[in-house]
Amino acid sequence: GHKYHLELELEDVLDKDSTVNCTAEVLYHLGNKNIAPDVQFTLEGELKNTDEADNVFYSRIKSLEKELVAENIPDNYGNVSPEMEPIHLLAWVASGYVIWQNSTENTKFQLAQIKHVKQVKRSDEYLEFDYKILLHEMLTQEIIPWQMTVLWHPQHGVEVTQNSRQPKQASE
Amino acid sequence: MVTLNDIQNRVSVLYDHAFAQRQLKIYQWMTQIQKSNSELVTQHYLGKTTENRTMYYLQISQPSDKIKKIIWMDCGIHAREWISPAFCQWFVKELLRMQRSKIKESLHHIITRKNRSPHMNGTCYGTDLNRNFNSSWGSIGVSDNCSSEIFCGSGPESEPETRAVAQFIKKKKSDILCYLTIHSYGQYILTPYGSTTRPPSNNEELMHVAEMAAAALMGKYGTSYKVGPTSLILYSNSGSSRDWAHMIGIPFSYTFELRDKGTHGFVLPPDQIQPTCEETMLAVTTIIDYVDQKYFPGGAVMLTASSLGLSLCLSVVLTWTVS
Repeated sequence: GHKYHLELELEDVLDKDSTVNCTAEVLYHLGNKNIAPDVQFTLEGELKNTDEADNVFYSRIKSLEKELVAENIPDNYGNVSPEMEPIHLLAWVASGYVIWQNSTENTKFQLAQIKHVKQVKRSDEYLEFDYKILLHEMLTQEIIPWQMTVLWHPQHGVEVTQNSRQPKQASE
Repeated sequence: MVTLNDIQNRVSVLYDHAFAQRQLKIYQWMTQIQKSNSELVTQHYLGKTTENRTMYYLQISQPSDKIKKIIWMDCGIHAREWISPAFCQWFVKELLRMQRSKIKESLHHIITRKNRSPHMNGTCYGTDLNRNFNSSWGSIGVSDNCSSEIFCGSGPESEPETRAVAQFIKKKKSDILCYLTIHSYGQYILTPYGSTTRPPSNNEELMHVAEMAAAALMGKYGTSYKVGPTSLILYSNSGSSRDWAHMIGIPFSYTFELRDKGTHGFVLPPDQIQPTCEETMLAVTTIIDYVDQKYFPGGAVMLTASSLGLSLCLSVVLTWTVS
Protein backbone atom coordinates (compact mmCIF):
# COMPACT_ATOMS: atom_id res chain seq x y z
CA GLY A 1 0.00 0.00 0.00
CA HIS A 2 0.93 3.66 0.21
CA LYS A 3 2.29 4.78 3.53
CA TYR A 4 2.37 8.40 4.66
CA HIS A 5 4.27 9.81 7.59
CA LEU A 6 2.58 12.90 9.01
CA GLU A 7 3.52 15.55 11.50
CA LEU A 8 0.45 17.37 12.70
CA GLU A 9 -0.49 20.09 15.08
CA LEU A 10 -3.82 19.44 16.75
CA GLU A 11 -5.75 22.54 17.73
CA ASP A 12 -8.54 22.56 20.30
CA VAL A 13 -11.69 23.77 18.49
CA LEU A 14 -12.89 25.41 21.70
CA ASP A 15 -9.56 27.04 22.60
CA LYS A 16 -7.42 27.99 19.61
CA ASP A 17 -4.32 28.62 21.71
CA SER A 18 -4.32 25.08 23.00
CA THR A 19 -2.33 22.87 20.63
CA VAL A 20 -0.72 19.45 20.82
CA ASN A 21 1.78 18.01 18.38
CA CYS A 22 1.15 14.61 16.89
CA THR A 23 2.96 12.21 14.59
CA ALA A 24 1.08 9.62 12.60
CA GLU A 25 1.52 6.91 10.02
CA VAL A 26 -1.27 6.22 7.59
CA LEU A 27 -1.29 3.16 5.35
CA TYR A 28 -3.73 3.08 2.44
CA HIS A 29 -4.14 -0.52 1.31
CA LEU A 30 -3.65 -1.39 -2.34
CA GLY A 31 -6.26 -3.52 -3.98
CA ASN A 32 -9.29 -3.65 -1.73
CA LYS A 33 -10.54 -0.08 -1.36
CA ASN A 34 -13.18 -1.16 1.10
CA ILE A 35 -10.72 -1.51 3.95
CA ALA A 36 -10.15 1.57 6.06
CA PRO A 37 -6.58 2.91 6.08
CA ASP A 38 -4.40 1.80 9.01
CA VAL A 39 -3.61 4.64 11.36
CA GLN A 40 -0.96 4.69 14.06
CA PHE A 41 -0.39 7.86 16.02
CA THR A 42 1.56 9.32 18.92
CA LEU A 43 0.48 12.40 20.83
CA GLU A 44 3.34 14.56 22.05
CA GLY A 45 1.65 16.00 25.06
CA GLU A 46 -1.69 15.66 26.76
CA LEU A 47 -5.15 16.52 25.67
CA LYS A 48 -7.06 18.90 27.89
CA ASN A 49 -9.16 17.42 30.66
CA THR A 50 -12.83 17.86 29.85
CA ASP A 51 -14.40 16.01 32.81
CA GLU A 52 -16.34 19.00 34.10
CA ALA A 53 -18.00 19.88 30.80
CA ASP A 54 -18.59 16.20 30.06
CA ASN A 55 -20.38 15.68 33.36
CA VAL A 56 -22.49 18.80 32.96
CA PHE A 57 -23.65 17.61 29.54
CA TYR A 58 -24.19 14.06 30.76
CA SER A 59 -26.31 15.15 33.74
CA ARG A 60 -28.32 17.51 31.60
CA ILE A 61 -29.27 14.81 29.10
CA LYS A 62 -29.91 12.21 31.80
CA SER A 63 -32.32 14.57 33.52
CA LEU A 64 -34.39 15.33 30.42
CA GLU A 65 -37.99 14.23 30.78
CA LYS A 66 -38.32 13.41 27.12
CA GLU A 67 -35.65 12.08 24.79
CA LEU A 68 -33.76 14.82 22.98
CA VAL A 69 -34.72 15.49 19.36
CA ALA A 70 -33.21 18.18 17.13
CA GLU A 71 -32.81 19.12 13.49
CA ASN A 72 -30.48 21.12 11.29
CA ILE A 73 -27.34 21.71 13.29
CA PRO A 74 -25.93 24.16 12.24
CA ASP A 75 -29.17 25.81 11.20
CA ASN A 76 -29.68 27.37 7.79
CA TYR A 77 -27.99 30.55 9.00
CA GLY A 78 -24.88 28.66 10.10
CA ASN A 79 -25.62 28.99 13.81
CA VAL A 80 -25.49 26.39 16.58
CA SER A 81 -27.31 27.14 19.83
CA PRO A 82 -25.30 26.72 23.05
CA GLU A 83 -27.50 23.79 24.18
CA MET A 84 -26.80 21.97 20.92
CA GLU A 85 -23.06 22.61 20.90
CA PRO A 86 -22.18 19.33 22.68
CA ILE A 87 -24.50 17.40 20.33
CA HIS A 88 -22.68 19.06 17.43
CA LEU A 89 -19.24 18.26 18.85
CA LEU A 90 -20.27 14.64 19.46
CA ALA A 91 -21.31 14.40 15.81
CA TRP A 92 -17.93 15.80 14.74
CA VAL A 93 -16.10 13.11 16.67
CA ALA A 94 -18.37 10.30 15.55
CA SER A 95 -18.31 11.42 11.92
CA GLY A 96 -14.51 11.34 12.18
CA TYR A 97 -14.79 7.60 12.67
CA VAL A 98 -17.19 7.23 9.73
CA ILE A 99 -14.87 9.35 7.55
CA TRP A 100 -11.86 7.28 8.53
CA GLN A 101 -13.67 4.06 7.67
CA ASN A 102 -14.59 5.41 4.24
CA SER A 103 -11.42 7.25 3.29
CA THR A 104 -9.12 6.51 0.37
CA GLU A 105 -6.31 8.53 -1.15
CA ASN A 106 -8.97 10.15 -3.36
CA THR A 107 -11.45 11.35 -0.80
CA LYS A 108 -11.67 14.45 1.39
CA PHE A 109 -14.70 14.42 3.63
CA GLN A 110 -16.16 17.10 5.88
CA LEU A 111 -19.18 16.94 8.15
CA ALA A 112 -21.57 19.42 6.52
CA GLN A 113 -24.60 19.30 8.79
CA ILE A 114 -26.64 17.26 11.24
CA LYS A 115 -30.02 16.94 9.54
CA HIS A 116 -31.65 15.13 12.42
CA VAL A 117 -30.67 13.70 15.78
CA LYS A 118 -32.76 11.78 18.27
CA GLN A 119 -31.80 10.31 21.56
CA VAL A 120 -32.51 6.63 22.01
CA LYS A 121 -33.62 5.55 25.44
CA ARG A 122 -31.30 3.10 27.18
CA SER A 123 -31.50 1.19 30.44
CA ASP A 124 -27.74 1.35 31.12
CA GLU A 125 -25.63 4.44 31.87
CA TYR A 126 -24.67 5.15 28.24
CA LEU A 127 -26.20 7.90 26.16
CA GLU A 128 -27.28 6.85 22.68
CA PHE A 129 -28.05 9.14 19.74
CA ASP A 130 -29.27 8.27 16.28
CA TYR A 131 -27.87 10.84 13.85
CA LYS A 132 -28.71 11.57 10.24
CA ILE A 133 -25.83 13.67 8.95
CA LEU A 134 -24.66 15.13 5.65
CA LEU A 135 -21.06 14.57 4.61
CA HIS A 136 -19.47 16.72 1.92
CA GLU A 137 -16.91 14.94 -0.26
CA MET A 138 -14.56 17.41 -1.92
CA LEU A 139 -13.44 15.55 -5.07
CA THR A 140 -16.87 14.41 -6.21
CA GLN A 141 -18.51 17.45 -4.56
CA GLU A 142 -21.26 15.18 -3.35
CA ILE A 143 -23.37 15.88 -0.29
CA ILE A 144 -23.91 12.40 1.08
CA PRO A 145 -26.55 11.55 3.67
CA TRP A 146 -25.33 9.15 6.32
CA GLN A 147 -26.87 7.50 9.34
CA MET A 148 -24.86 6.77 12.46
CA THR A 149 -25.68 5.39 15.89
CA VAL A 150 -23.44 6.88 18.55
CA LEU A 151 -22.87 5.76 22.12
CA TRP A 152 -21.19 8.05 24.64
CA HIS A 153 -20.28 8.02 28.28
CA PRO A 154 -18.03 10.49 30.13
CA GLN A 155 -15.63 7.77 31.25
CA HIS A 156 -15.92 5.41 28.30
CA GLY A 157 -15.77 7.83 25.41
CA VAL A 158 -17.43 7.64 21.99
CA GLU A 159 -18.40 4.58 20.00
CA VAL A 160 -20.12 4.40 16.64
CA THR A 161 -22.04 1.15 16.83
CA GLN A 162 -23.68 1.35 13.47
CA ASN A 163 -23.39 3.52 10.40
CA SER A 164 -24.68 3.38 6.86
CA ARG A 165 -24.67 5.53 3.75
CA GLN A 166 -28.18 6.69 2.83
CA PRO A 167 -29.66 7.15 -0.63
CA LYS A 168 -29.30 10.64 -2.09
CA GLN A 169 -32.38 12.87 -1.72
CA ALA A 170 -34.38 13.35 -4.91
CA SER A 171 -34.89 17.05 -4.12
CA GLU A 172 -32.11 18.26 -6.44
CA MET B 1 -37.73 43.36 -21.49
CA VAL B 2 -37.68 40.83 -18.73
CA THR B 3 -39.52 42.02 -15.66
CA LEU B 4 -39.06 40.80 -12.16
CA ASN B 5 -42.49 39.21 -12.40
CA ASP B 6 -41.38 37.21 -15.40
CA ILE B 7 -38.42 35.96 -13.45
CA GLN B 8 -40.55 35.07 -10.47
CA ASN B 9 -43.01 33.14 -12.59
CA ARG B 10 -40.32 30.99 -14.04
CA VAL B 11 -38.66 29.91 -10.81
CA SER B 12 -38.92 26.18 -10.59
CA VAL B 13 -41.15 24.88 -7.84
CA LEU B 14 -38.32 22.72 -6.68
CA TYR B 15 -36.52 25.78 -5.35
CA ASP B 16 -37.01 26.86 -1.80
CA HIS B 17 -39.11 30.03 -1.66
CA ALA B 18 -36.47 31.84 0.34
CA PHE B 19 -33.85 31.00 -2.26
CA ALA B 20 -36.05 32.44 -5.00
CA GLN B 21 -36.50 35.56 -2.90
CA ARG B 22 -32.74 35.87 -2.61
CA GLN B 23 -32.32 35.71 -6.39
CA LEU B 24 -34.88 38.45 -6.82
CA LYS B 25 -33.15 40.51 -4.17
CA ILE B 26 -29.86 40.30 -6.06
CA TYR B 27 -31.53 41.45 -9.28
CA GLN B 28 -33.32 44.22 -7.45
CA TRP B 29 -30.10 45.24 -5.80
CA MET B 30 -28.25 45.32 -9.12
CA THR B 31 -30.91 47.60 -10.58
CA GLN B 32 -30.81 49.84 -7.54
CA ILE B 33 -27.01 50.06 -7.60
CA GLN B 34 -27.07 51.01 -11.23
CA LYS B 35 -29.76 53.65 -10.73
CA SER B 36 -28.02 55.29 -7.82
CA ASN B 37 -24.58 55.22 -9.46
CA SER B 38 -25.51 55.71 -13.06
CA GLU B 39 -22.38 57.69 -13.87
CA LEU B 40 -20.18 54.75 -12.90
CA VAL B 41 -22.34 51.65 -13.25
CA THR B 42 -24.10 50.19 -16.23
CA GLN B 43 -26.09 46.96 -16.22
CA HIS B 44 -25.90 44.76 -19.28
CA TYR B 45 -27.45 41.62 -20.65
CA LEU B 46 -25.11 38.65 -20.52
CA GLY B 47 -27.32 35.79 -21.63
CA LYS B 48 -30.00 33.39 -20.49
CA THR B 49 -29.95 30.44 -18.14
CA THR B 50 -31.24 26.98 -19.00
CA GLU B 51 -34.58 28.03 -17.55
CA ASN B 52 -34.61 31.14 -19.72
CA ARG B 53 -33.91 33.54 -16.88
CA THR B 54 -31.86 36.56 -17.74
CA MET B 55 -28.26 36.92 -16.59
CA TYR B 56 -26.81 40.37 -16.13
CA TYR B 57 -23.42 41.84 -15.53
CA LEU B 58 -22.50 45.16 -13.99
CA GLN B 59 -19.79 47.24 -15.54
CA ILE B 60 -18.17 49.69 -13.19
CA SER B 61 -15.88 52.28 -14.69
CA GLN B 62 -15.08 55.94 -14.59
CA PRO B 63 -16.19 57.83 -17.64
CA SER B 64 -13.16 58.32 -19.83
CA ASP B 65 -12.26 58.59 -23.46
CA LYS B 66 -9.28 56.30 -22.90
CA ILE B 67 -9.36 52.66 -23.95
CA LYS B 68 -10.09 50.55 -20.94
CA LYS B 69 -8.66 47.28 -19.75
CA ILE B 70 -10.95 44.92 -17.90
CA ILE B 71 -10.93 43.01 -14.63
CA TRP B 72 -13.59 40.32 -14.66
CA MET B 73 -15.02 38.84 -11.48
CA ASP B 74 -17.81 36.30 -11.18
CA CYS B 75 -19.50 34.97 -8.08
CA GLY B 76 -22.01 32.27 -7.40
CA ILE B 77 -21.35 29.88 -10.27
CA HIS B 78 -22.07 27.24 -7.64
CA ALA B 79 -25.24 28.43 -5.93
CA ARG B 80 -24.59 26.71 -2.60
CA GLU B 81 -21.34 28.66 -2.03
CA TRP B 82 -23.40 31.58 -0.87
CA ILE B 83 -20.60 33.66 0.69
CA SER B 84 -19.33 34.13 -2.88
CA PRO B 85 -22.21 36.32 -4.20
CA ALA B 86 -22.26 38.08 -0.84
CA PHE B 87 -18.63 39.04 -1.45
CA CYS B 88 -19.38 40.36 -4.94
CA GLN B 89 -22.12 42.57 -3.52
CA TRP B 90 -19.73 43.79 -0.84
CA PHE B 91 -17.03 44.44 -3.39
CA VAL B 92 -19.35 46.54 -5.51
CA LYS B 93 -20.41 48.59 -2.52
CA GLU B 94 -16.83 49.23 -1.52
CA LEU B 95 -15.85 50.07 -5.05
CA LEU B 96 -18.60 52.64 -5.20
CA ARG B 97 -17.73 53.98 -1.75
CA MET B 98 -21.24 53.40 -0.67
CA GLN B 99 -22.40 53.61 2.85
CA ARG B 100 -21.44 50.41 4.57
CA SER B 101 -24.50 48.43 5.34
CA LYS B 102 -24.67 44.93 6.60
CA ILE B 103 -25.52 42.53 3.82
CA LYS B 104 -28.81 41.10 4.91
CA GLU B 105 -28.90 37.46 5.82
CA SER B 106 -31.19 35.15 4.08
CA LEU B 107 -31.98 31.54 4.42
CA HIS B 108 -29.30 29.23 3.08
CA HIS B 109 -29.96 25.57 2.94
CA ILE B 110 -27.21 23.53 1.43
CA ILE B 111 -28.63 24.08 -2.00
CA THR B 112 -27.46 23.19 -5.43
CA ARG B 113 -24.08 23.29 -7.05
CA LYS B 114 -25.20 22.69 -10.59
CA ASN B 115 -27.50 24.50 -13.01
CA ARG B 116 -30.97 23.27 -13.90
CA SER B 117 -30.49 21.72 -17.30
CA PRO B 118 -32.60 18.61 -17.84
CA HIS B 119 -31.09 15.32 -18.96
CA MET B 120 -32.29 11.81 -19.61
CA ASN B 121 -35.82 12.89 -20.45
CA GLY B 122 -36.09 15.12 -17.41
CA THR B 123 -35.22 12.42 -14.91
CA CYS B 124 -31.99 14.08 -13.93
CA TYR B 125 -30.98 17.75 -13.64
CA GLY B 126 -27.89 19.80 -13.57
CA THR B 127 -24.50 20.38 -15.14
CA ASP B 128 -21.59 21.65 -13.09
CA LEU B 129 -20.89 24.88 -14.95
CA ASN B 130 -17.35 24.90 -13.63
CA ARG B 131 -16.65 21.65 -15.49
CA ASN B 132 -18.39 22.79 -18.66
CA PHE B 133 -15.87 25.22 -20.15
CA ASN B 134 -13.72 24.35 -23.13
CA SER B 135 -10.52 23.69 -21.20
CA SER B 136 -9.53 20.04 -21.66
CA TRP B 137 -13.24 19.42 -21.26
CA GLY B 138 -14.24 16.01 -19.96
CA SER B 139 -10.70 14.75 -19.44
CA ILE B 140 -10.26 14.49 -15.68
CA GLY B 141 -12.00 15.17 -12.38
CA VAL B 142 -15.48 15.00 -13.90
CA SER B 143 -18.34 12.60 -14.30
CA ASP B 144 -20.29 11.80 -17.46
CA ASN B 145 -23.21 10.79 -15.30
CA CYS B 146 -25.90 13.44 -14.83
CA SER B 147 -26.56 12.37 -11.24
CA SER B 148 -23.04 13.43 -10.22
CA GLU B 149 -22.34 16.87 -8.75
CA ILE B 150 -19.42 17.20 -11.16
CA PHE B 151 -21.31 16.21 -14.28
CA CYS B 152 -19.58 18.14 -17.06
CA GLY B 153 -22.52 18.36 -19.45
CA SER B 154 -23.00 16.86 -22.90
CA GLY B 155 -20.10 18.76 -24.41
CA PRO B 156 -17.88 21.81 -23.86
CA GLU B 157 -20.06 24.93 -23.48
CA SER B 158 -23.21 22.79 -23.71
CA GLU B 159 -24.90 25.04 -21.15
CA PRO B 160 -26.35 28.46 -22.00
CA GLU B 161 -24.86 29.96 -18.86
CA THR B 162 -21.39 28.82 -19.89
CA ARG B 163 -21.87 30.12 -23.42
CA ALA B 164 -23.07 33.50 -22.17
CA VAL B 165 -19.95 34.01 -20.07
CA ALA B 166 -17.57 32.54 -22.65
CA GLN B 167 -18.95 34.65 -25.48
CA PHE B 168 -18.62 37.85 -23.50
CA ILE B 169 -15.08 37.09 -22.40
CA LYS B 170 -14.00 36.02 -25.89
CA LYS B 171 -15.38 39.24 -27.34
CA LYS B 172 -13.48 41.41 -24.87
CA LYS B 173 -10.50 39.11 -24.55
CA SER B 174 -7.84 41.50 -25.77
CA ASP B 175 -8.80 43.97 -23.06
CA ILE B 176 -9.25 41.59 -20.13
CA LEU B 177 -6.16 41.47 -17.92
CA CYS B 178 -7.55 39.60 -14.98
CA TYR B 179 -10.16 36.88 -14.48
CA LEU B 180 -11.29 36.17 -10.93
CA THR B 181 -13.85 33.54 -10.05
CA ILE B 182 -15.07 33.48 -6.46
CA HIS B 183 -16.10 30.22 -4.75
CA SER B 184 -16.22 28.66 -1.32
CA TYR B 185 -15.02 26.92 0.76
CA GLY B 186 -11.45 25.98 1.60
CA GLN B 187 -9.40 29.19 1.91
CA TYR B 188 -7.37 28.92 -1.28
CA ILE B 189 -6.12 31.19 -4.01
CA LEU B 190 -5.83 28.72 -6.89
CA THR B 191 -3.76 29.22 -10.01
CA PRO B 192 -3.91 27.33 -13.34
CA TYR B 193 -4.27 24.50 -14.06
CA GLY B 194 -6.65 21.90 -12.71
CA SER B 195 -6.52 19.72 -15.79
CA THR B 196 -2.76 19.25 -15.86
CA THR B 197 0.23 19.68 -13.58
CA ARG B 198 2.12 21.35 -16.43
CA PRO B 199 2.71 24.89 -15.16
CA PRO B 200 1.24 27.88 -17.01
CA SER B 201 3.69 30.05 -18.96
CA ASN B 202 3.59 32.83 -16.37
CA ASN B 203 3.54 30.53 -13.35
CA GLU B 204 6.20 32.37 -11.34
CA GLU B 205 4.47 35.69 -11.67
CA LEU B 206 1.03 34.21 -10.98
CA MET B 207 2.32 32.60 -7.81
CA HIS B 208 4.17 35.70 -6.68
CA VAL B 209 1.08 37.89 -7.00
CA ALA B 210 -1.15 35.28 -5.37
CA GLU B 211 1.24 34.98 -2.45
CA MET B 212 1.21 38.74 -2.00
CA ALA B 213 -2.59 38.66 -2.07
CA ALA B 214 -2.75 35.88 0.52
CA ALA B 215 -0.35 37.77 2.76
CA ALA B 216 -2.47 40.91 2.52
CA LEU B 217 -5.55 38.87 3.37
CA MET B 218 -3.89 37.27 6.35
CA GLY B 219 -2.80 40.64 7.67
CA LYS B 220 -6.38 41.59 8.45
CA TYR B 221 -7.69 38.84 10.76
CA GLY B 222 -5.04 36.14 10.59
CA THR B 223 -6.97 33.98 8.14
CA SER B 224 -4.57 31.70 6.34
CA TYR B 225 -5.02 30.84 2.67
CA LYS B 226 -3.08 28.26 0.68
CA VAL B 227 -1.78 29.30 -2.73
CA GLY B 228 -0.97 27.13 -5.73
CA PRO B 229 -2.14 25.32 -8.83
CA THR B 230 -5.41 23.46 -8.39
CA SER B 231 -3.91 20.21 -9.71
CA LEU B 232 -1.13 20.27 -7.14
CA ILE B 233 -2.78 21.54 -3.98
CA LEU B 234 -6.41 20.54 -4.33
CA TYR B 235 -7.49 18.03 -6.98
CA SER B 236 -7.55 17.49 -10.70
CA ASN B 237 -10.43 18.92 -12.68
CA SER B 238 -11.10 19.88 -16.26
CA GLY B 239 -13.48 22.32 -17.88
CA SER B 240 -13.08 25.01 -15.22
CA SER B 241 -13.70 28.62 -16.16
CA ARG B 242 -10.40 29.71 -14.62
CA ASP B 243 -8.38 27.23 -16.71
CA TRP B 244 -10.27 28.32 -19.82
CA ALA B 245 -9.70 32.01 -19.15
CA HIS B 246 -5.97 31.48 -18.88
CA MET B 247 -5.84 29.17 -21.90
CA ILE B 248 -7.44 31.79 -24.13
CA GLY B 249 -4.82 34.27 -23.04
CA ILE B 250 -5.99 36.14 -19.92
CA PRO B 251 -2.77 36.36 -17.96
CA PHE B 252 -3.99 36.75 -14.36
CA SER B 253 -6.59 34.06 -13.77
CA TYR B 254 -7.40 33.00 -10.25
CA THR B 255 -10.00 30.99 -8.37
CA PHE B 256 -10.74 32.15 -4.84
CA GLU B 257 -12.14 29.65 -2.37
CA LEU B 258 -13.36 31.76 0.54
CA ARG B 259 -13.89 30.88 4.22
CA ASP B 260 -13.94 28.52 5.92
CA LYS B 261 -12.02 25.24 5.94
CA GLY B 262 -14.98 22.97 6.64
CA THR B 263 -16.20 23.77 10.13
CA HIS B 264 -19.21 25.53 8.60
CA GLY B 265 -18.42 24.88 4.96
CA PHE B 266 -21.13 26.21 2.68
CA VAL B 267 -23.22 27.58 5.53
CA LEU B 268 -20.93 30.32 6.83
CA PRO B 269 -22.59 32.16 9.73
CA PRO B 270 -23.66 35.79 9.24
CA ASP B 271 -21.12 37.16 11.71
CA GLN B 272 -18.38 36.01 9.34
CA ILE B 273 -19.70 37.87 6.29
CA GLN B 274 -18.14 41.21 7.11
CA PRO B 275 -14.67 39.93 8.10
CA THR B 276 -14.60 37.56 5.11
CA CYS B 277 -15.44 40.36 2.73
CA GLU B 278 -12.97 42.78 4.29
CA GLU B 279 -10.05 40.38 4.16
CA THR B 280 -10.91 39.11 0.67
CA MET B 281 -11.12 42.69 -0.53
CA LEU B 282 -7.50 43.18 0.48
CA ALA B 283 -6.45 40.17 -1.58
CA VAL B 284 -8.41 41.26 -4.64
CA THR B 285 -7.12 44.83 -4.52
CA THR B 286 -3.55 43.56 -4.17
CA ILE B 287 -4.01 41.67 -7.43
CA ILE B 288 -5.70 44.59 -9.16
CA ASP B 289 -2.99 47.00 -7.94
CA TYR B 290 -0.29 44.75 -9.38
CA VAL B 291 -2.06 44.41 -12.70
CA ASP B 292 -2.64 48.16 -12.78
CA GLN B 293 1.01 48.94 -12.12
CA LYS B 294 2.22 46.35 -14.58
CA TYR B 295 0.16 47.54 -17.51
CA PHE B 296 -0.03 51.22 -16.68
CA PRO B 297 3.27 52.01 -15.01
CA GLY B 298 3.68 55.52 -13.72
CA GLY B 299 -0.04 56.22 -13.72
CA ALA B 300 -1.74 57.36 -10.56
CA VAL B 301 -2.49 54.14 -8.75
CA MET B 302 -6.03 54.59 -7.57
CA LEU B 303 -6.72 51.18 -6.10
CA THR B 304 -5.05 50.62 -2.79
CA ALA B 305 -5.75 48.33 0.07
CA SER B 306 -7.17 51.00 2.30
CA SER B 307 -9.08 53.16 -0.09
CA LEU B 308 -10.73 52.26 -3.28
CA GLY B 309 -11.27 54.21 -6.34
CA LEU B 310 -11.31 53.45 -9.98
CA SER B 311 -8.34 53.69 -12.19
CA LEU B 312 -8.83 55.71 -15.31
CA CYS B 313 -7.66 52.70 -17.20
CA LEU B 314 -9.32 49.77 -15.52
CA SER B 315 -12.95 48.93 -15.37
CA VAL B 316 -14.42 46.12 -13.35
CA VAL B 317 -17.01 43.75 -14.70
CA LEU B 318 -18.93 41.68 -12.22
CA THR B 319 -21.49 39.05 -12.78
CA TRP B 320 -23.50 36.81 -10.55
CA THR B 321 -24.68 33.46 -11.69
CA VAL B 322 -27.97 32.79 -9.98
CA SER B 323 -29.23 29.92 -12.08
